[in-house]
Amino acid sequence: MERVAIVGASMTRFGQRDAWVRELLAEAGAAALDDAGVDGDDLDHLYVSNMASGEFEGQTGVPNALAHDLAAQPAYTARIDQTSSSGGAGVYAAWQSVASGASDLTMLVGGEKMTHRTTSEATDVIASLTHPVEYKQGVTLPSFAGLTARLYLDTYDAPRESLGKVAVKNHRNGVDNPHAQFRKEVDLDTVLDSPIVADPLRLYDFCPITDGSAALVFCPESVAEEYAPDGSYAVVSGIGGATDTHVVHERADTTTMGGVVDSSEVAYEMAGIGPDDVDVAELHDMFTILEFLQSEDLGFFEKGEGWKAVEEGVTDRDGDLPINTSGGLKSKGHPLGASGVAQVYEIFKQVTGDAGPRQVEADTGLACNVGGFGNCVTTTILEGSQ
Amino acid sequence: MSENTQTDEQTFEAAEYADGTVTYPPHTVSPNGAERVGTIDLREHEGRVLTWTTSTATPPGVREPNTLAIVEFDMGEGYDGPPVRALGQIAEREPTGETFDVDIGDRVEPVYADELREPGAGIREPDSQEWDGFRFRPVEESVEA
Repeated sequence: MERVAIVGASMTRFGQRDAWVRELLAEAGAAALDDAGVDGDDLDHLYVSNMASGEFEGQTGVPNALAHDLAAQPAYTARIDQTSSSGGAGVYAAWQSVASGASDLTMLVGGEKMTHRTTSEATDVIASLTHPVEYKQGVTLPSFAGLTARLYLDTYDAPRESLGKVAVKNHRNGVDNPHAQFRKEVDLDTVLDSPIVADPLRLYDFCPITDGSAALVFCPESVAEEYAPDGSYAVVSGIGGATDTHVVHERADTTTMGGVVDSSEVAYEMAGIGPDDVDVAELHDMFTILEFLQSEDLGFFEKGEGWKAVEEGVTDRDGDLPINTSGGLKSKGHPLGASGVAQVYEIFKQVTGDAGPRQVEADTGLACNVGGFGNCVTTTILEGSQ
Repeated sequence: MSENTQTDEQTFEAAEYADGTVTYPPHTVSPNGAERVGTIDLREHEGRVLTWTTSTATPPGVREPNTLAIVEFDMGEGYDGPPVRALGQIAEREPTGETFDVDIGDRVEPVYADELREPGAGIREPDSQEWDGFRFRPVEESVEA
């Protein structure tokens, strides 16, 4: 199996954008091609990570549209939908296309256009991933977060403030990310006094609704220096994907994300490393509680102790294990199909030493992209080439 | 979204499988792949609140606020399968319409509602699924004792 390298990366500004999904995808795609020094017609495969362009905008067939806009035909194209983890699943598909030898040059572009919809409508599009017995009760993804946060705080005797500190940390990190939707710090009182959305979680425990796109270019490691002669490429040293139950309440322990456990075990084994070897991580903090669950289920911390790491500053940018140096979904924003791609973009920047003011010391980084409420997960590990 | 307390004809149907496990909702096979062999009515099992939340930002056609709980059922001492639970709305008091208060560990019972959410108001095709089902309301344990 070919080892796979990433030789180009880009992301658009995340936030409320005038551009529609085709334009967002083309903006990130063109920038990533430029970063890798290639043209659209050099691509063998072109994947688009996107959850719901048809439902949000009435635009389907986005991979074909993007291929035409980038003059990438006759590249093989496909849309990858795995709900909020479409980006991670796209990384998996792109990796697979090169690792298998089917493609010598693949681009993945993830994107979503959401902000033209009301919060209620956007929430419903996302909640449509649920089982009929869940959907008819009016459940939303934020409701699952509220249910799980209450159980977590009760089970592990964690203080409510610890969740707020995730928001404070990730907003602080987002200040230095020029692509982030929110580039302003918030204090703990602001988080804890914000309106209740899904008790005990409040507005600042949730990521915003976002437009945006991100892109990555993949090739065999053996030819990576042709595209990145200065050695500024990263290797996908480990990747794993896994699925948990569709119905959230059927999980034996609803404070554990089995898909995170299972996907990371595969990724660690492929990379030949363990959680202690990870220098920096991007986790899917669609809700603050998710950063605790993933940091535990990835093996960074013992079960029920992820909250202590945040309290002690371990996950701060200058801590032992910086988490969400990009600002996370919390401050960077969460354009569904783009998020998993943007997570890997941040890890790529970190392990290639190109993260600017967000830079931490990192040879090995991990991205964990979660769909639904842990229903589908992709864990990706990157290593810098130098 | 009216409630009907005449629940005799409405069963809270869970599936039983050849390996002894029970799931709600019913699936084609058990978590271990065993075939379905029967049906269990969860109204006959004691339920307690595992966790709850009140959602203040609800999608189209859903009551606002919407208090939801995950309820875990006691399947008896002989049952050693995975936990049997249901996600459900917390019922409203008559006649005020105010949602009952619940907390972790509280005992609750199912109450049938013929429409939990307005079909067709949200994105899901109305004919693709059922919209009736069960809410939960607290059981006064002192009365039970």
